[in-house]
Amino acid sequence: MTNAAIHMEGTLDAPASGAVATGAVHAKGQQHPIKLYLVVWGWLFVLSTCSYLVDYFGLHGYLRWSLILLFMLLKAGLIVAVFMHMAWERLALAYAILLPPIAVLVFVSIMVLESEYTHLLRVLFFATPS
Amino acid sequence: MAETVLTNSGQSTARLEGWRGIAADWASDQRAFKNVSWGKAMMWIFLLSDTFIFSCFLLSYMTARMSTTVPWPNPSEVFALNIGGKHIPLILIAIMTFVLISSSGTMAMAVNFGYRRDRVRTAILMLVTAAFGATFVGMQAFEWTKLIMEGVRPWGNPWGAAQFGSSFFMITGFHGTHVTIGVIFLIAIARKVWRGDFDVERRGFFTSRKGYYEIVEITGLYWHFVDLVWVFIFAFFYLW
Repeated sequence: MTNAAIHMEGTLDAPASGAVATGAVHAKGQQHPIKLYLVVWGWLFVLSTCSYLVDYFGLHGYLRWSLILLFMLLKAGLIVAVFMHMAWERLALAYAILLPPIAVLVFVSIMVLESEYTHLLRVLFFATPS
Repeated sequence: MAETVLTNSGQSTARLEGWRGIAADWASDQRAFKNVSWGKAMMWIFLLSDTFIFSCFLLSYMTARMSTTVPWPNPSEVFALNIGGKHIPLILIAIMTFVLISSSGTMAMAVNFGYRRDRVRTAILMLVTAAFGATFVGMQAFEWTKLIMEGVRPWGNPWGAAQFGSSFFMITGFHGTHVTIGVIFLIAIARKVWRGDFDVERRGFFTSRKGYYEIVEITGLYWHFVDLVWVFIFAFFYLW
């Protein structure tokens, strides 16, 4: 029986049937202080305001793009790590979920090359000089 | 007993550090995700697949924008609003962002109260989250109406590259659909929480299985993902 471990754990909690023990275990779940969520919420507001200000002050070029990416990644990290509890999940799950999207970056680089090639052809053959 | 195997989430199994632990978990019999219930694992895997869908949308937008020889319309101007006689760039999108972030905050607290078995607070916070979501969709409907009135179509617009309209409607439309489904999902689960289904372990109408408060966290995962996608859309489509 592969779930023998579950039953041993269950009997430690309550000497009842497996299902009831599971319910007791469930009640624990992901427990973190409410304050943590409020702090993260505050930071998300601050970061969103920052990224809005990038547009409001009309920053341009590499400064604009790097700031947008920085604020975006910080916000995404906070949401996934704290709100979605990934920081406390077992590594086997975290890596299974967080690593595959890296493949998207490969796709991005392929499509950057592709669109530059398309752009070049359009400039050479189709674009009307203005 | 079968139920125990399928829904257990509190199992504490010994764990090696770092990659050795990951290899041990994945190489073990039957279950790779030792202390994660199937409901949660499947939601994460669904969200991963959804990540790829939205990635493809944003990638096609990037390809269209990079390869066109016609100037791209300036989103800062397109989404500006006149409020009290002042011309404020991108203000509607900024408000929508704050609304969605607030909904994520209330959702996170709903999950917390759910695990404390605080039935009333959990249901109220979930309904607040749903209300924020509905507000967001309403603002998006306003935004769409405004742009369509100004002549934006999937095949063209008055300001520049024709692909602007198709990218805009595709990306925000798909995201708005996700928010709408999330609102329905939230209301359905909030009703069950309110009724006390997870306290009396009432069996589900459709699945005939007992529900647990973990479903609040799983609903939350979906909802936070919707917020997460908006972070990327906000950065790449509206700010870039």
